[in-house]
Amino acid sequence: MHNPSEEFKIPIGPQHPALKEPESFSVALRGEKILGVDIRLGYNHRGIEKACEERTYIQDMYLIERVCGICSHSHSTCFIQAVEEIAGLAVPRRALYIRTLVAELERIHSHLLWLGVAGHEIGFDTLLMYTWRDREIVMDILAELTGNRVNYGINTIGGVRRDISSIQIQETLKAMDLLEERTKYYIELGLEETTIIKRLSGVGVLSYEDSLHFDAVGPTARASGVKRDVRKDDPYASYGEISFDVITDTGADVYARTIVRLKELMESYKIVRQCLKNLPDGPITVRAPRKIPAGEALSRYEAPRGEDVHYVKSNGTDKPERVKVRAPTLANVQAVKHMLKDRFLADMPIVIAAIDPCFSCTDRLVSLKDDDKKADVMTWQALHDYSIKWHSQRGVDFGKLNKKLQERLSK
Amino acid sequence: MENNIIQELVKEFNFPETSIRQPRERRISLEVGLDKFTDVLEYLMKHFNFTHLCTITGLDEGQNLSFIYHLTKEGGILINIKVSVPKENPVIKSIIPYFAGAEIYERELVDLFGAKVEGLPSGNRYPLTDNWPAGQFPLRKDWKQDMLDKKAGENA
Repeated sequence: MHNPSEEFKIPIGPQHPALKEPESFSVALRGEKILGVDIRLGYNHRGIEKACEERTYIQDMYLIERVCGICSHSHSTCFIQAVEEIAGLAVPRRALYIRTLVAELERIHSHLLWLGVAGHEIGFDTLLMYTWRDREIVMDILAELTGNRVNYGINTIGGVRRDISSIQIQETLKAMDLLEERTKYYIELGLEETTIIKRLSGVGVLSYEDSLHFDAVGPTARASGVKRDVRKDDPYASYGEISFDVITDTGADVYARTIVRLKELMESYKIVRQCLKNLPDGPITVRAPRKIPAGEALSRYEAPRGEDVHYVKSNGTDKPERVKVRAPTLANVQAVKHMLKDRFLADMPIVIAAIDPCFSCTDRLVSLKDDDKKADVMTWQALHDYSIKWHSQRGVDFGKLNKKLQERLSK
Repeated sequence: MENNIIQELVKEFNFPETSIRQPRERRISLEVGLDKFTDVLEYLMKHFNFTHLCTITGLDEGQNLSFIYHLTKEGGILINIKVSVPKENPVIKSIIPYFAGAEIYERELVDLFGAKVEGLPSGNRYPLTDNWPAGQFPLRKDWKQDMLDKKAGENA
């Protein structure tokens, strides 16, 4: 039998049923208490930064948008802001307002998604069902405005690709009313429901000092009382012309992070309404040069998870010299180790979930490149065959097993 | 405010005018030698309250590897501190004593650029795999994808 006073190590991941993305945690335990956590990242590294150096700026914009499936607009906006700064482009005000609008709609869908995940992690699946149902409202609006539910493709260097009609404005406003009403209910729930308060309070504590020390960002930092928000500190798009509050809390635990995100939703509705009300007339794009003059720029953006940073260096050609992406989760994940120390193992899922991790963003990407093939499009059958070949070359052969299965099914 | 910081920095460290500039509002770019780097860092933290490290960017500039430390302070002013070291021996100092969050950024420089970071504690590498061939640094300009494919073919 295992002696509970002995130190015991359990590995979680890189592939684990409880993880949505591959990452690896090695947890040192004594009994139920976490002595320390060792985190290994990089399983989602796809070499995007290198791939960007081989592609044109406009191709990079679409590639960068695919750094993350949830905050895709954050990455593409952050990237083209840097490119536009180097090229000295004056992006039309209407385009900036539309960017801001999509940015806030993205934050709304991301925060609602998070609330559902948090509910799920603490066994409150009703909350998951409710929030994800409501999230469909904003997903529909995003699809209506941009044509896509994810990877919106609204941006282009020098502006945006789609204008917004007065009918769309009306629909979006209606959706905001509905979502605001629902969010008020969730806030009430968060403030009064004992299950939530008791399960989340005092869990995953990150003090104000530690938050600064570990360079935490976004709602994780703001819930520790750090008033840091790129939208206010280093305004981009049209945030300089819009009034909103930076939500902070001093609770410094998972509960505070929940409340901060809930209240941020209310601010997002406020911003969306202002964008729609004050939407300036005029063009939505300026002509951007194919070749960007030599220079460098650093762009910051407040993504739903926190500060996103992109650095772009150009060399006068149509391809960048260097693109650097730092997604918010990479900044926050280092604080997680600290939050988990001396806590119980059962708190681990919600503490990790509370930074709203996105490991795809964090690790970025490798390009799938095959010079022999002329077409990039693969049929389903070709992909299937490729996969079987790939595995059999590495000694994994399901052929016999498949045959057996087929025989059994045909009986 | 940006001007004030620039003036104070020039006064304190005697920077030549070409090594410090303000590309736009809320941005300062500074090039500094490795010998003065930690002094500048400490000075900026102490006197101007630059308390947040955004990230560290690595650059391959031919003969040299450069590293840009992006620091911000409340109010949104961001300073880019660039340090260049020769590619044959790219040794830099770890800034973990100042910013605990720097650890993962420094590991990234080690894996992707082959930087040698003095004072970086041992630990998991990031972001490359444990069996990544030694001496291959994918974000250096001379690295091409087929170098890895060849290597993998040899092993198989």
